[in-house]
Amino acid sequence: MTQPVTTFPLSMRIFHWGMAALVLSMIFAGLAMVQSLQTWQPTVLALHKAFGVVALVAVLLRLINRLRSRVPELPSDLPSWQVFAAKASHVLLYAALFAMPISGYLMQSAAGRAVDVFGIFTLPPLMSADLVWYGVFREMHSWVAYALIALLVVHIAAALQHGLLRQDGVLKSMWKR
Amino acid sequence: MSMIPRHKVTSVAIIGFAVIALICAFLYTAGVFGNNQVTAQQFVNFQQGENPHLGFRRAHAKGVCVRGDFIATGELAAHTRSTLFEAGSTPFIGRFSIGGGNPSAPDLESGVRSLALSFDAGSDQQWRTAMNTPPVMAVGTPEDFYAQLQTLMPDPETGQRNPERIAEFFANHPETENFRRWSAQYQPSGSFASEQYHSINAFYLINQQGEQQAVRWAAVPTVQIDENQYADTDQAANALALDVRDQLEDGTIVFDLVFTLASSDDDENNPTQPWPESRQQITAGQLVIRQLEQDAAICNNLNFDPLILPRGMQATNDPILRARSASYAESYRRRARETWLGKEQQQ
Ligand code: HEM
Ligand code: HEM
Ligand code: HEM
Repeated sequence: MTQPVTTFPLSMRIFHWGMAALVLSMIFAGLAMVQSLQTWQPTVLALHKAFGVVALVAVLLRLINRLRSRVPELPSDLPSWQVFAAKASHVLLYAALFAMPISGYLMQSAAGRAVDVFGIFTLPPLMSADLVWYGVFREMHSWVAYALIALLVVHIAAALQHGLLRQDGVLKSMWKR
Repeated sequence: MSMIPRHKVTSVAIIGFAVIALICAFLYTAGVFGNNQVTAQQFVNFQQGENPHLGFRRAHAKGVCVRGDFIATGELAAHTRSTLFEAGSTPFIGRFSIGGGNPSAPDLESGVRSLALSFDAGSDQQWRTAMNTPPVMAVGTPEDFYAQLQTLMPDPETGQRNPERIAEFFANHPETENFRRWSAQYQPSGSFASEQYHSINAFYLINQQGEQQAVRWAAVPTVQIDENQYADTDQAANALALDVRDQLEDGTIVFDLVFTLASSDDDENNPTQPWPESRQQITAGQLVIRQLEQDAAICNNLNFDPLILPRGMQATNDPILRARSASYAESYRRRARETWLGKEQQQ
């Protein structure tokens, strides 16, 4: 039998913290830009879409990497409801990380708009413009974002709880070797 | 409570503080604690008024949908990478409209007439433009525009505009002068086909060498029509729409698409200033409107966001231009949601 691992592999840690920074920036940019009439708005919107496409590719690679990696077990003394909550919230986080960029792209598609990625290439709209589908995907982009925000607040609170209160190595497992 | 170790109290405090700070950061960004600048939501709330017309555009709610072809001369091609301006033809969807958020407003009473166009020649050659009859804006920022609209709003009690407040606004905003001069001499014509529609805001053309040239454009009519035959009939409310229908029954409506090139003396970020007549003008081609689009949904599906630009064209830093995307998106979101949920008003 091989030794159980106590930390996430480096690749997973890079994905985790890289995407944490990216996704938090995307959320703050999104919330600010839907209201703002200031001159930076169109610039941030263009970056939001391009980095959103990056986020879609990143979460795909991350999931593949996750399925191929050996990950540490949760502490054996963790109450079973917390084990369940941890696992369920991670599944939901992944689901939201996919749903955000996908709904973004679908929303733009239903508006009949291509998505320009840093002026390097453009993703074509997947359908011709349709007001009802735009309504569906536009609302979806917001509601999934609100769900993601709620999940992240719980996720971060739980991570800090492991690190500061339980000091059980869970936070460290994503932090260092 | 001496049983609880001190470090645990500190830890709980840190976690609590971190969580509250994070939640506050999200709420603050989402504007829950208020905003010191006018937001897209406030703007659209104002435009839709007390009784919004659900499912309709919050501005330019009343219009007719048309189709046509843009026949490019090729004369603009040297100034832009965009393939739309190489000699040849590109189909477009267009929409004539009148200003205001009321989808059943009488056509001939609106002070503003408009033409919006959507071209789609492949993913990196999408272009949408929404043009109005005035050649300039009265003011140069979204904040001032918001204040202007509020000033022009009729008093809820008397139903009348307040001329003193309006005079005071104009006195405080000398940049409104060009707009007022245009307004004073403008005579609405008898037809959508005989108006001139302006981009108002300036944009950059980017050529093959990557050089940029600031431009404005206008759809210039090729006919003069002073009278509208429906003006004094019981169909006067839809006079402009009916006229378009009649004209397209046995013919086309044609505009020249004329670009004006700024010189280094012109401020491309100021939509209140006209550029001198002497600036170089290039006729990029003709907009040939061929048919009425019976299915209004074809136009309602679209948001004529003026920042949908083909590769080879870019937005300037004009504060009005840059405020348009977010407002159009908010209006588009509302009418899309209402249409999806079946709440749209019948017209
Ligand atoms: C946008 C921000 C974040 C996202 C989307 C996110 C997402 C995830 C996901 C999906 C996992 C499951 C592990 C995997 O399969 O990849 C995870 C694990 C973890 N995250 Fe985050 N995370 C974010 C921010 C944070 C922050 C700010 C912290 C620390 C305060 C944190 C601490 C942890 C820890 C300690 C684990 C390991 C849990 C375990 O042992 O399974 N995360 N995160
Ligand atoms: C991880 C990926 C993404 C996250 C976390 C994210 C997050 C957000 C958030 C929080 C908002 C504000 C929603 C609101 O307050 O109603 C927003 C708006 C928006 N997002 Fe995203 N987004 C992502 C990906 C994308 C992608 C890939 C696209 C398009 C290709 C996109 C296009 C948009 C657009 C156009 C808006 C503004 C809609 C409007 O003005 O009505 N997003 N996004
Ligand atoms: C800050 C300034 C402006 C704001 C806030 C604003 C707001 C709006 C909104 C909310 C819509 C409805 C969008 C939709 O639901 O599809 C709209 C439509 C329109 N706007 Fe503006 N607008 C501004 C400036 C301008 C300017 C400068 C022009 C002309 C050059 C213009 C021309 C039009 C036209 C023609 C339409 C109708 C397009 C169509 O037929 O769908 N707007 N505007």
